[in-house]
Amino acid sequence: MGDVLAIAEQGDGEIRPVANEVVTVAAAVAEGLGGTAHALLLGGAGVGEKAGDLGSFGAEVVRVGEDPALEGYVPETYAAVIAEVVSSHGYSAVLFAATAIGKDLAPRVAALIDAPLASDVTHLETDGGRLVGIRPIYGGKAMARVGFEASPAILSLRPNAFGTNGYRGDGRIELFTAAIPHGVRTRIVDFQAAQGGSVDVSEASVIVSGGRGMKGPEHWSLLEDLQSALGPGTALGASRAVVDAGWRPHGEQVGQTGKTVAPRLYFAVGISGAIQHLAGMRTSQTIVAINKDPAAPIFAVADYGIVGDAFEVLPRLTAEIAALREVG
Amino acid sequence: MILDVIVCVKRVPDTETRVRFSYGATVIEPEGVKYIVSPYDEFALEAALRTSEAGEGGRVTVMTLGPEDSQETLRASLAAGADAAVLVRVQGAVTMDGLATAKVLAAELETRDEQLVLFGVKAGDYDQQQVGPMVAALLGRPCASNVTGFEVGESVIRCVRDVEGGSEVVELDLPAVVTLTKGAFELRYASLKGIMAAKKKPLEIKDADLPDGRLTVERLDYPPERAEGRIVGEGVEAVPELVRILRDEANVL
Repeated sequence: MGDVLAIAEQGDGEIRPVANEVVTVAAAVAEGLGGTAHALLLGGAGVGEKAGDLGSFGAEVVRVGEDPALEGYVPETYAAVIAEVVSSHGYSAVLFAATAIGKDLAPRVAALIDAPLASDVTHLETDGGRLVGIRPIYGGKAMARVGFEASPAILSLRPNAFGTNGYRGDGRIELFTAAIPHGVRTRIVDFQAAQGGSVDVSEASVIVSGGRGMKGPEHWSLLEDLQSALGPGTALGASRAVVDAGWRPHGEQVGQTGKTVAPRLYFAVGISGAIQHLAGMRTSQTIVAINKDPAAPIFAVADYGIVGDAFEVLPRLTAEIAALREVG
Repeated sequence: MILDVIVCVKRVPDTETRVRFSYGATVIEPEGVKYIVSPYDEFALEAALRTSEAGEGGRVTVMTLGPEDSQETLRASLAAGADAAVLVRVQGAVTMDGLATAKVLAAELETRDEQLVLFGVKAGDYDQQQVGPMVAALLGRPCASNVTGFEVGESVIRCVRDVEGGSEVVELDLPAVVTLTKGAFELRYASLKGIMAAKKKPLEIKDADLPDGRLTVERLDYPPERAEGRIVGEGVEAVPELVRILRDEANVL
């Protein structure tokens, strides 16, 4: 068969950028397996209007299930609908994004269709018609090369670890009627947006992280200023020490007991670089460290460093970057 | 309302461990590794203990799937306050295939009466983040993952989940499965009295066969070394040069 299904995530009816990345990978992998890439988009009425974009990233078929019950993410409902689509077509592989939703959803689908799941994969290839993935374990201290002894293989892909391709073609959009399960025992009651922007640290393309060197939560405005100068797509991160001290919420923690991230650009400010923090951010594309201590371990993984006082360096850095962005 | 809770825990290497393995190996070398209860499972245990304290003395049981050695993990949980423990003993290593583990745990849970099953959101070794929701799907029970706090009501549980861009409140009908992340549940220290009492608490051992893992590790590698970085300069004077490099050389601005 060899067909690969990409599960496309949407939020408020908009296809999330990470969906394009998952489709891009699905197209590449399907080629190696001798099949084609499909995408699956679930949502409320009208969600399919945006589905054409998924085709341009390599999905030959975009299956769209529109139903009021699919407007927001309800785990039991989504899992049942996806399991049904996967079983009825017979895919070789099913790819999710390793986002909050993907990490919640993929295991349920895997259990429903009795297929093995590799989570948070950072590299995926085909080797003689079989899938081989690489995923960090022990919080990134080791990389495991994994294979699958069953079909379909289920995988979730770490956001930003793969990138997207440009235009590949137009996908064929197929609307289908999703079989909504009865007796769902999960009710979403409320959602409260976090302060400081909506981009999550695990999905951000740029991260500004602060550590104990920031000396207290009252100084975080310096990091927030840099965050806004860097523009949308930038998230705040934090070291474990800072979260344990109660300065910042755990949702921002980067490291083995927090989030593992792979942004395009990572600023580590006042972070010394404990092994468990380094494990969580070392796959970032470019790392910049600002620290008073020239012997801090963070400088060993940083591409560029400034030895200095964060309170002096940050305002200047914010001003320079803001000026650069204004010029364009 | 009296609510019995069962917490599934895993024995994993201490998060401060420097992992080592030889070329071509599929598992790390066990020498010198200190084992602990996976940190997220500790949050789950604390959540269970507080639920029991807030309710009317519901029983807290800890369960683990693993080899004989996992008994020490269970004793540590008993010392912190759990009432009873179950070791689902398997021969050989627990693999990365979470579904194999989930099947054995689900089969065991099916035979028990607890209305609430708690897990840590992920294990500190393989970071798969999958066993809790898999068990829920296998048992046909609702599940909330990545939960920072919850409140038990009459036959429902209301959970606060950490999700992208904020937090979500979700209500599940009991019986239910909940996976915990770091929130308000820092595990209490075991008192000397607790440690002594733990020795007398019931620890049941049940043998089970772990299905063959269908997600197989072919090889472990160390993460790629990063190229030698450079110190651009000292203090605020180095900022313009850093910005120039980020724009012109690294192309990230």
